[in-house]
Amino acid sequence: MKLYHITNNTASSVAIADIPVVDYVELYGDLKLRMEDSRYHVAHYFATECERGLKFYIIILDDKTSEVLISSFVPDYYAEGLASLTAVHPQFHPFEREINELYGVHFDRHPWLKPLRFSHDRRNKLSTMDTYPFYTIAGDELHEVNVGPIHAGIIEPGAFRFICNGEQVLHLEIALGYQHRGVESEMLRDNNSLRRTLIAESIAGDTAVGHATAYAELVEKLADRSVESDLMLERMIAIELERIAMHIADTGALATDIGFQLYQVACEALRTVVINTTQAWCGNRFGKSLIRPLGTNHPMTEAKRELIIKNITDVRRRYEELRADILEDHTLLARFEQCGLVPKSEMERIGGVGQAARASGLRRDIRATHPSGYYATEHSHESIVKQDGDVMSRLMMRLDEVLQSADVILNTLASYKPTAKLSAPDYFAKLHAEHLSFSLVEGWRGEICHVALTDSEGNIAKYKIKDPSLHNWLGLAIAVRSEGISDFPINNKSFNLSYCGHDL
Amino acid sequence: MIFGKAKILRSHGWQYIPDLYSVNLTEEFRGFPLLTDTEDRSDVERAAAICPTRAITTEPLTLDMGRCLFCGECAKCAPRNIRFTNEHRLAASRREDLIVKVGDTAPKFNLEAVRPEISKYFGRALQLREVSAGGDASVEMELGATGNVNFDFGRYGVGFTASPRHADGVVLTGPISANMAEALDICYNSIAEPKILVVCGSEAISGGLYADSPAVDRKFLDKYHVDLWLPGAPTHPLCFIEGITKLRSKKR
Repeated sequence: MKLYHITNNTASSVAIADIPVVDYVELYGDLKLRMEDSRYHVAHYFATECERGLKFYIIILDDKTSEVLISSFVPDYYAEGLASLTAVHPQFHPFEREINELYGVHFDRHPWLKPLRFSHDRRNKLSTMDTYPFYTIAGDELHEVNVGPIHAGIIEPGAFRFICNGEQVLHLEIALGYQHRGVESEMLRDNNSLRRTLIAESIAGDTAVGHATAYAELVEKLADRSVESDLMLERMIAIELERIAMHIADTGALATDIGFQLYQVACEALRTVVINTTQAWCGNRFGKSLIRPLGTNHPMTEAKRELIIKNITDVRRRYEELRADILEDHTLLARFEQCGLVPKSEMERIGGVGQAARASGLRRDIRATHPSGYYATEHSHESIVKQDGDVMSRLMMRLDEVLQSADVILNTLASYKPTAKLSAPDYFAKLHAEHLSFSLVEGWRGEICHVALTDSEGNIAKYKIKDPSLHNWLGLAIAVRSEGISDFPINNKSFNLSYCGHDL
Repeated sequence: MIFGKAKILRSHGWQYIPDLYSVNLTEEFRGFPLLTDTEDRSDVERAAAICPTRAITTEPLTLDMGRCLFCGECAKCAPRNIRFTNEHRLAASRREDLIVKVGDTAPKFNLEAVRPEISKYFGRALQLREVSAGGDASVEMELGATGNVNFDFGRYGVGFTASPRHADGVVLTGPISANMAEALDICYNSIAEPKILVVCGSEAISGGLYADSPAVDRKFLDKYHVDLWLPGAPTHPLCFIEGITKLRSKKR
């Protein structure tokens, strides 16, 4: 029996009728074996209400062949529960937890079936932020440290509970949900596509370009319309500018946390140049308003092209000086090397994505494995991979990717002749009825995945969002095990995960 | 190694903005909107219909900056009626002053509405506790930027502090997620009087895109007096700096 509909990230949307509805036992058996190979990982797994109860969709990525495998199943209405995939492959844990939280589906032998984000439409309203079932260990030698939800800096809220033996962290549990705004249900409030674009930009404000690109590509697939090559190019420039800005911010944040003021202020100034360049392009320092479905309101002009080249050339030169000095600074290396280790095997198990996975030797990069837009047509991306999986590797990822992204921008723009005549956005495109559309975008943190289902009239009836943070928060919890609790800040900054992207 | 650091310092040069109050942002920046009436209402009606946060009313034509996310789409729909200038100084001391009417040429900051004790107590030093309650991290990063090497608002004695016990007020960002409502209330009440409340970003001011979301609980804003409203998505650091400066000003 055919288990999957096979497609890829450049194909148009899929008719729901073409996705096989399979028997869960068979699918479970296949996934149990298949997911042992690290070429596969889960991109999304969710349930939606249908007339027979719940229908589940699962999207698996094959990094080797760039194929995307989609399957679905409808369990018997009276089924007692489902065998947990998390029990064999922990990377499924956030998805099964979400399904359990929303619909009360029980997953047998799930080792960690706890609330995920306390969403407003959760099934058990008695389960609240205050009753989160933290893991505990008893013992006279141990103590607990609770941090949050409000943290010491100007950052988003989340609760961290450490169990420590003296200064050493035995266990860290991260309880999130404080940022939950109802993003996925607000996506369906009305049919205003501009509103949906703006919601996408606000999923994680530091990844506005990444999430807006994911929404735009998803709609373009559902409308079965492609965009001009020049627009794809400009979207690539936008997302690489965002990557440069955030990687520089993280370099500075890591320097701040070890009291290295020179690097901190140098990075603050460099990031300002990059985001002000984005502002000069579209009027917003975070690139909000730059990405729109089926067109753009801010086509690049010749003057803007020259400004980007001038500023990025300057940033690249100054950042390279900084990079050379960081790699020679033994006091910095002493803090960062061999700290917060996440080995490759562990990254595979938890389904890590993005630059944190690549720092552990796991090549997860949508730009290379499942390219779309300009990455799929004109530009072929070579991922940077580090092996050690420590804070230093995650910093090195930034040091190298900033230079790589700067080169991509400079090389692409060198021969680009902007016409400033790209099509205007279209918020009223007709969408395929009863289709499933997904988009995969490599944001600066990693893999962004949006999925939409349309109803019989071509209206979006279900919208699911996955920020890379959903996979990687567990990576942070693993990284700090057996480290000193004072090393938590540098580990946290080395991942720099999104709270609002997780909580939605 | 020391040469490497000298090189970084030389390239870094001087980064601070000497006068924070005379900066003009790029022409592309969308700040204070100018409204013009026309006989033909079809354009503004289209603009009002597409506005995702219902910031525009057509009879009479107004634009509420407290709802506006400055996406600029309405100005594309109705270029004769709505034009965004690059004026970033948008702060207001009263919520109603954020509603722009036809003929308004500049943002209104009502000094009369500012409590006189603010300049008395906080004129020389002001330490703030930022609370993000559903903020999308962009406003938070812009608030962080106010203290960075470019803006260096700390030179005027304004900064952010970790403990509410050390703070003189709260800066609220985000539409106030229900899961964060209690923590926000506890934090605000942990600050000793006299204190100020600053609401930063259009999402915090009106709820923005999440104004009607069942996951949001905005009762906090009904309970306490707000001293300063700062629109924007996100609020530009210079808008925050200008607003706080006016709030602390001794001039009446």
